[in-house]
Amino acid sequence: MRSIPVPTGSRSGSTTSAVAPAAGAPRPGPAAAVRAVGVHKRFRTRAGVVTALQDVHLEVAAGEFVSLIGPSGCGKSTLLRLVADLEEPTSGELSVFGKAPRVAREAQDYGIAFQQAGLLPWRSVRGNVELPLELHGVGRRERAGRARELLALVGLSDFADHTPAQLSGGMQQRVAIARALAERPSLLLMDEPFGALDEMTRERMQTELVRICAESGAAVVFVTHSIPEAVFLSDRVVVMSPRPGRISAVVPIRLPGTGERTEGLREDAAFFAAVTAVREALHGGAAGTPAVAAPETAAGAPRGVDLR
Amino acid sequence: MSTTTSSAVRAAGGDVLRRALPPVLLGVVGLAAWQALVVAADVPPFLLPSPTAIVEQLVEVGPLVLEASLATGANVLVGTLLGAVVAVLAALLAARSRPVDAVLSPTAAAIAVLPIVALAPVLNTMFGTTTTTPRRLVVAAVVFAPVFVTTLRGLRQVLPVHRELLRSYAATPAQLARTVTIPGALPYLFTGLRIASSTGVIAAVVAEYFGGLQDGLGSRITSAAANSAYPRAWAFVVGAILLGLAVYLLTLAAERLVARRQGL
Repeated sequence: MRSIPVPTGSRSGSTTSAVAPAAGAPRPGPAAAVRAVGVHKRFRTRAGVVTALQDVHLEVAAGEFVSLIGPSGCGKSTLLRLVADLEEPTSGELSVFGKAPRVAREAQDYGIAFQQAGLLPWRSVRGNVELPLELHGVGRRERAGRARELLALVGLSDFADHTPAQLSGGMQQRVAIARALAERPSLLLMDEPFGALDEMTRERMQTELVRICAESGAAVVFVTHSIPEAVFLSDRVVVMSPRPGRISAVVPIRLPGTGERTEGLREDAAFFAAVTAVREALHGGAAGTPAVAAPETAAGAPRGVDLR
Repeated sequence: MSTTTSSAVRAAGGDVLRRALPPVLLGVVGLAAWQALVVAADVPPFLLPSPTAIVEQLVEVGPLVLEASLATGANVLVGTLLGAVVAVLAALLAARSRPVDAVLSPTAAAIAVLPIVALAPVLNTMFGTTTTTPRRLVVAAVVFAPVFVTTLRGLRQVLPVHRELLRSYAATPAQLARTVTIPGALPYLFTGLRIASSTGVIAAVVAEYFGGLQDGLGSRITSAAANSAYPRAWAFVVGAILLGLAVYLLTLAAERLVARRQGL
């Protein structure tokens, strides 16, 4: 397990100190990176009210890597967007490092990467990485230094002056990740960042992400469709099911060794066992449709075949 | 490497030649036919002067044609800049607020269908005939509508992913405009400018037909025609064609440059 305790609020925490409870008040330990209690989200559409999330409880510890997995429409992206304060919950409580999501967003407590890299095409790679720093008034020299570090981290030092259009999809996504890390966030929110990449690029990016996360020590909430991806990256996999979107299972991933996640892990029996466990949790979660008649197999029983 | 480069250059050169040859050939054949027709049928010059007569005049009054082109060109330039600046400001306002859009968009549509040049005599009376202001205003009015429409469209093209990214950065509306919305709208603005430029030149020349200062191409064409100097009138028409071409190429180059900078 890579649960490196991380000091929250790495930015010159004026907000953090301002929000800190008064002296003498009981302190409930270090704030979780994300805490959701009874979160509901309903969208009003033309067809009526759609319940995107129903009664979601989730806690992500500082430094923890948690994946959200589930079929389309299970609300995993919605949950991430609630944490990012791109949407507001209809009811329930949601906090990021003990603060309201809006406060956390304004304090730049999280970095975010989407399925589309979303680079600005008229800026160079360097300019894109510097964007958040520039918006928050970081000086030119410091920006340049930080961009150099980040591009080295994602292995794109030689491409600093290229434009995004000159890069492949995988390289663009690496730039987006570097940009998300620009302000040393303690929380990284990733919405299917490798969803549009081919399998080989994808696996390489996953290995890199593991390394980058280990170096930055940030907690990660990672939305994905891919079971092996979730297993390879995560400390815990949160399995969600649709209509209404809710959490149906949480699968802790315990992999052998020192917790180092390297390429060899993908062929480890424990990896396959974990993949099977997550798959069965996913299918078991679809119990609302008994037509499938999935036999109640013991979760975690390794079968080790048919990875597809 | 160098051989492939040079052969690539040669191939590109050949490509340009292959594309340019047919229209040039057509032009030459057309001019020859024109010349043959005028000479063979003995067409009177007020009907149609021969190309050689026009070229003769062009050489004779060359400096005058250049001078008139510059005068009209200045009107086009100032008018276009004025119209474009007003259009961009209006588009920024319209993109910001629905009510402003509801007022400005129909206005732009109305201006687009109005024969603006018909306003020239009215403007001449308003501002007097010893100033270039009426002509420049006509150009500005003609340029306004296409630039407004395309720029507004560009300002509305912000990708959701960019909007959300900037929201996650807690960016102010001004920062969103400066880093995302306005740079994203630039290619649209320049496309509008290219479309507007040719009509701008036409408007500038035609506005001069309604009197006022006698320094531009339009005035020269009318006065030459009035003096029965038909080949000379045509020489100024050639000047007007060249001016239109120059302005078009200039705006096209600007459009391409901006598009390339954005990786489009």
